[in-house]
Amino acid sequence: MDQKKDTFSLGGHEFTSRFILGSGKYSLDLIRACVENAGAQIVTMALRRANEGGLANILDYIPENVTLLPNTSGARNADEAIRIAHLSREISGSSFIKIEIMRDTKYLLPDNYETVRAVDVLAKEGFVVMPYMYPDLNSARDMRDAGAACIMPLGAPIGTNKGLATKEFIKILIREIDLPVIVDAGIGRPSQACEAMEMGAAAVMANTAVATAGNIQMMAEAFKKSIEAGRLAYLSGLGRVREDRADASSPLTGFLRDDEREE
Amino acid sequence: MSEKNHVNESILSESILEDQKENRIDHMKYLPGMEQIKSDVMDQVVAAMNGYDYTKYTGKDVRRALAAEDRTPEDFAALLSPAALPYLEEMAQAAKIETRKHFGNSVSMFTPLYIANYCENYCIYCGFNCHNKIHRAQLCEKEIEEEMAAIAKSGLQEILILTGESRQRSTVQYIGEACRIARKYFRVIGVEVYPMNSDEYAYLHECGADYVTVFQETYNSDKYETLHLAGHKRIFPYRINAQERALMGGMRGVGFAALLGLDDFRKDAFATGMHAYLLQRKYPRAEIAFSCPRLRPIINNDRINPMDVHERQLLQVVCAYRLFMPFASITVSTRECPRVRDNLVRIAVTKISAGSKTGVGSHSEEIADEDKGDEQFLISDSRDVDEVYRDLQKLGLQPVMSDYIYV
Repeated sequence: MDQKKDTFSLGGHEFTSRFILGSGKYSLDLIRACVENAGAQIVTMALRRANEGGLANILDYIPENVTLLPNTSGARNADEAIRIAHLSREISGSSFIKIEIMRDTKYLLPDNYETVRAVDVLAKEGFVVMPYMYPDLNSARDMRDAGAACIMPLGAPIGTNKGLATKEFIKILIREIDLPVIVDAGIGRPSQACEAMEMGAAAVMANTAVATAGNIQMMAEAFKKSIEAGRLAYLSGLGRVREDRADASSPLTGFLRDDEREE
Repeated sequence: MSEKNHVNESILSESILEDQKENRIDHMKYLPGMEQIKSDVMDQVVAAMNGYDYTKYTGKDVRRALAAEDRTPEDFAALLSPAALPYLEEMAQAAKIETRKHFGNSVSMFTPLYIANYCENYCIYCGFNCHNKIHRAQLCEKEIEEEMAAIAKSGLQEILILTGESRQRSTVQYIGEACRIARKYFRVIGVEVYPMNSDEYAYLHECGADYVTVFQETYNSDKYETLHLAGHKRIFPYRINAQERALMGGMRGVGFAALLGLDDFRKDAFATGMHAYLLQRKYPRAEIAFSCPRLRPIINNDRINPMDVHERQLLQVVCAYRLFMPFASITVSTRECPRVRDNLVRIAVTKISAGSKTGVGSHSEEIADEDKGDEQFLISDSRDVDEVYRDLQKLGLQPVMSDYIYV
């Protein structure tokens, strides 16, 4: 099928690549090769890493043809996230913002309540707001109503490479929220990214899994292919997966007859 | 500076020593003006340390700790025990995996800046102690600015401001002013100064500082008392609660350290880890940092024999910190040589100083020529910023100047 036509949209911008690549945790000079191998059209970047004028500014390493998605990591509440978003628009010129609000340094779990508040303010200010969140349906609805461009539930805590630990809850979000659901954080291997796409996720974001691979560029490509495979599987309509028991007969409904004749 | 010019009167003069011993104040009693917070963290840390019998652990405990996914204080205790030494290679490999998972290949760079070396404390092992007849100095605002401008030229964006511990000479306002000047040149500002009250930490935070490091030196209060004979620093509980007061004052992160080798280093390292662990549980937002200094030669100190912490033991402590708190920043001191530092950053260390000078006013040429204040200790890694930067890259690591935003 023609993948060019299979797009998803964020704040009115169309994307064909469903792999959002993180730029942290690996050397800056690998970013370009990674983006190419990943076929990524969106690259995230922590604004706190953008040191203008300093040695090795990360902004100089991100190819110009990709959409820059700055995040608010370092923010501990909505007000801080809003301030970082404002700075971010000034420095990067991008109106995309990924909201990350953590007040926990051990697991880096997002604070949904503060995130809803930040979405509300930033969406009104015209940002394309992409909230990183814990997959809770009520919060996701609040974020949608507050103007989020998508929902970014975590599969597992950041950096753990544990995969889709929250799978059942992400499925609920995919069913109930009419916005792109992008699985973010915790995806440790391409097969897990593939599974998220089979479930109907709009895209997958990964960083640590790529950054900690033996060959970073090759892993970026592996993710690209697995995400495309998962997307195709989703679009083609997955066959039913049989349970371990064979069920050739219909033990309970086999008595039914179309002609309803009496015996 | 020449070591020959200095005479450590305190160690040579028995009469001063006797006087200090006789007139020592109660080291567990707060002095007027010291804020007392309601916290049971100190009691918990001390109880955990006193209960830590590292001889009871076996290889089995160490293997269990290594295999654990989320390590408990009991696992940490096993990893610090002598039974873990035969597993040092496995510990290092596990530590490396944790480090890469949480930090990727990033290593932060910073430099310390001593703006004063006046000190009111009498810590018998320290080159800055008030009885050491060294050159004392304090930079004025203009000199601080010159020093910072000189450092900023190297490309560094993180600075650690240090003073000797003299509230009289280096007032909170003076340190605050240094932080304000630092904001013009740097993105990340930490302070390593005398412990203060939470409202004073709040003031420094307002001035731009966000990280506070306090070395506890030793968590054994009996030993602490014999090493810190006079001055504010003598008050053990006020020092141990400094990190909590800093967090109450709004600081983003706090740093912990025992000076390994002052007392039983296994117990001190265990207490240091527990201190950080308990405060992070109480203040989950707190960023945690460890420093891992061990006793190295310092001015006029050759009459004190430290309990030995060799490289193997140092690595064991560093790996145990990493495995217990994978998300914590770990700094290695310039007391260590380039060979040790370069290997530690490959395993678990995530922050490294460069272009370090431990004297006052040593960065800008104009001030350095005047030979202002003497050094606190001798450094073993004299590499400048460019050299450290390049050496990190050669190791496949990524030098990071700032991963922080002041909000």
